[in-house]
Amino acid sequence: MSELKVSKLIKRFGGLVAVNGVDFTFPEGKISAVIGPNGAGKTTFFNMITGIYIPDEGEIELGGKSIVKVKPHKITELGVARTFQNIRLFGSMTVLENVMVGMHIHLKAGLFGTLLRLPGIRQEEEDSAAEAYRLLEYVGLAAYLNEEAGSLPYGAQRRLEIARALATRPRVLLLDEPAAGMNPRETAQLIELIKQIQREMGITVVLIEHDMKLVMELSEYILVLDYGTKIAEGVPEEIRSNPRVIEAYLGKSAVRQEVMS
Amino acid sequence: MNKWIFVLRQNKLVLAAVYAVFVIVTALSVYLSDKSVVSFLLLLSSFLLLYYTAFPNTVKWGIAGVLLLIVIPFATSGGASHESYMEVVTQCGIYIAMALGLNIVVGFAGLLDLGFIAFFAVGAYSYAIFSTPQVSNFISGNLFPLSGSWFWLFILLGGFIAALFGVLLGLPVLRVKGDYLAIVTLGFGEIIRLIFNNLSKPVNITNGAMGISSIPPPNLFGFQFTFPHQFYFIVIAILAVVLFGVRRLEHSRLGRSWKAIRENEIAAQAMGIPVIGTKLTAFAVGASFSGMMGVVFAAKQTFIDPTSFTLVESATILVMVILGGMGSVPGVILGAAIVTILNLQVLTELTNWFNQLTLNGIVNIPSALSPSKMQRLLFGVILVLMAIFRPNGLIAAKNRKVNEEKLKANLPKAAVPIGQSAKQSGGAFK
Repeated sequence: MSELKVSKLIKRFGGLVAVNGVDFTFPEGKISAVIGPNGAGKTTFFNMITGIYIPDEGEIELGGKSIVKVKPHKITELGVARTFQNIRLFGSMTVLENVMVGMHIHLKAGLFGTLLRLPGIRQEEEDSAAEAYRLLEYVGLAAYLNEEAGSLPYGAQRRLEIARALATRPRVLLLDEPAAGMNPRETAQLIELIKQIQREMGITVVLIEHDMKLVMELSEYILVLDYGTKIAEGVPEEIRSNPRVIEAYLGKSAVRQEVMS
Repeated sequence: MNKWIFVLRQNKLVLAAVYAVFVIVTALSVYLSDKSVVSFLLLLSSFLLLYYTAFPNTVKWGIAGVLLLIVIPFATSGGASHESYMEVVTQCGIYIAMALGLNIVVGFAGLLDLGFIAFFAVGAYSYAIFSTPQVSNFISGNLFPLSGSWFWLFILLGGFIAALFGVLLGLPVLRVKGDYLAIVTLGFGEIIRLIFNNLSKPVNITNGAMGISSIPPPNLFGFQFTFPHQFYFIVIAILAVVLFGVRRLEHSRLGRSWKAIRENEIAAQAMGIPVIGTKLTAFAVGASFSGMMGVVFAAKQTFIDPTSFTLVESATILVMVILGGMGSVPGVILGAAIVTILNLQVLTELTNWFNQLTLNGIVNIPSALSPSKMQRLLFGVILVLMAIFRPNGLIAAKNRKVNEEKLKANLPKAAVPIGQSAKQSGGAFK
């Protein structure tokens, strides 16, 4: 049984149909990618899965249960974590604190427990700080632990977002353009990191990405959207040679050239 | 100069000696002079100095305790103006607690609340109504009015009722954000004041604009608290509780959630933080501090009316928070102390002095220009200057630095090792 599955998903913004009847099943424990030209509805698609938008029609299932109309923070509790296209870190908090916020759902300290400093709460704090530190080591940011998150270099901020998402201990990790703004070296490191996450943690990873080299190298299965509709799905080799995909990216003339050549 | 500071940093003994001399000299000058605002302010500034000393934290807290419980009460008891000094310090304490409450809402959670004084009013009125014959207008029976020995319970009750109002306000209001939230809370503050102002008909609950008088003073096993120097200790006790509460919350799971919401609401949600619930806790906790001090205020003044709870008061507390530094606990304490002292002592003293000069015919300063009437102008100027020169406040909020070595030592004990996803640890199916 599949982890994450969407069927006949539709989202309209006024007259614009941002996502139009998409069916897709994300392969469990693998890396898949959602690609498409700008404005194809990829981020809207992510926003529906994470509960920020409620779909107008259709169904989203996680582990066989519908998560449509479930509140965003509940969806996180169910095991879906994400990063954001336009980085959304807690800029004036420290790097370590950012990751500790990600552990929110796994900590128990409530208002009165904190005020009375009940036994166990202090221990929980220390343990979570240590675990957060270990996650920072994992993504290679341990040296920055006391820095303000907003002051990190761009590539480091992207990796911190991944560490923070991992802190929720997700089953499904959605990465919205993780390589945007990275230089080739940083991108290569990122590819290694994502592979490592999938390999060692067995998490279902879903990418939105424009960097085709990264997409083709990482993903085992690809969903292509254009104007909100699914125009193709398949393994990278199929997608690479699919005329509709080339048309969507490069225009009709490109397809003609492709056919002629 | 720099060399001296360096010596003080290096040598704790020299530092302790210099600090002790400063405290003793200022305390003695307060004790010996009849009324000296300057030496009194210097004595109070010893807290600020203490903050910047290089002593370990526990030592600082100990010294602060000694200053508050022994040095200040004794130093001020020398002259005729004992009560007026004590009044100032007590008011400072009340405003510090309120500013710390507002700091949770504005500083930590980033929710601009312009009607914060409403919770103070709720606390004050809850004690005032139930401890005076006012209560007989709508509840019959012999239990009411309550005596002054109920005051202690009412500190908690006042905090609780204010927290309840915080939640009630929050439920509808927290759907709006930013500027809109500020306007709605401003409206709420005014509505509460107007309700207290008009709730004399059809059933006389608050006695309207006449206010409620002869509120009984607190009574502890027959001992009556009536003078400021007695209330001082009540305020110190509550303030200590508030302060420890705030410090614990600041670096806890809840404190981090507040800050996360302030920094980025959507990301906070994506980390599993229930936004509305967390904001409501901020409102409730902040309001409860204010409500507790409201009860103390009512008992101290023995008379309250709606004019004590105007928009200007809300603005005053906000100025304290902004002046001190949003989200910074020591900053907010400093800001609250400065604004209160400015209001109660500096401005009034200047006014008196100008009046003297006018009476003696040296200069003629029209009463329209008297400093005590310039309070709002001063607040405005302070806010503008702060925005330009120190946007983060006098003592800017600092992040807590974590010792990396200590973290590494803790590593083997960490709860769930990496590589174990939520499915295996059961976290996903809670």
